[in-house]
Amino acid sequence: MKVSAIITLKKDVLDPQGKVIHQTLDGMGFKDVNEVRQGKYFEIDVKENDPQKAQKIVEDMCNKLLANLVIENYKIIEIQ
Amino acid sequence: MKSAVITFPGSNCDRDMHVALNKFGFKNQMVWHNDIELPKSDLVVLPGGFSYGDYLRCGSMASKSKIMQSVINFAKSGGLVMGICNGFQILVESGLVPGVLLRNKYLEFICKNVFVKIDNKNNPYFKNLDKEVFEFHIAHNEGNYFCTNDQLKEIEDNNQVAIYYCNDNGKTEEKFNPNGSLKNIAGIFNKEKNVLGMMPHPERMIDQSLSGEDGSLFFKNLINNIK
Repeated sequence: MKVSAIITLKKDVLDPQGKVIHQTLDGMGFKDVNEVRQGKYFEIDVKENDPQKAQKIVEDMCNKLLANLVIENYKIIEIQ
Repeated sequence: MKSAVITFPGSNCDRDMHVALNKFGFKNQMVWHNDIELPKSDLVVLPGGFSYGDYLRCGSMASKSKIMQSVINFAKSGGLVMGICNGFQILVESGLVPGVLLRNKYLEFICKNVFVKIDNKNNPYFKNLDKEVFEFHIAHNEGNYFCTNDQLKEIEDNNQVAIYYCNDNGKTEEKFNPNGSLKNIAGIFNKEKNVLGMMPHPERMIDQSLSGEDGSLFFKNLINNIK
């Protein structure tokens, strides 16, 4: 199964890259932006045909390596 | 006194640290990240560099390498483990010291000398030092120390802040903070004070002709404390 996960910075963690992207968008004329937050996206093809089990495996990966839970949250967004 | 410096793929301060440790009396051994057992050591050092190309998060891959389980066991049994720069990032990623190191606030790689203030000498690293303010070198892109409010309270209650960024007089104001670190924090201990992580490089300050001698004071004192 292919499992997709996104990792985002927690709300109270400063995201300087997001800030610069926001400023650049503003300079380009995109004036309707409140905030930009940058994150990470993973597509993991696991050798598991049961969607629930596949999700569990990727959640375990997120907890142990892909995300640092002090500053980041993760979310499984798609299993196919 | 025996020390061990771990070399990860992408470490680049491992040899500098080897030279510094040997210069001040340690008998240092280089250890490859893929090894399983640490040699018998009084001090283990995780050096600076860009382990695994800083992929995912700085230090995250190295913190899972084979030798780290042995380093974690050594630290948990009270052994001295010091992480400098990328070594500090590996320490936070392995959970040996609290917090994380984020991208520098102004998104620039910082390479310069800074002053740091030692706050607490009640530990094997700084005990008996006869001054508080040291000039060390920093070179990093992700040195912006951050932790949760709960962690910060615990860190402060347990006197776990090792060093703060400051000016040459030891003033720890925001304007002397190079990278946006919470409370000017440049280095942190674990609760027991046997594990030290810090962004500055004392091993780059061991020769007057290179840049200074404050690192010499640190290493000379360290080996005397361990003896």
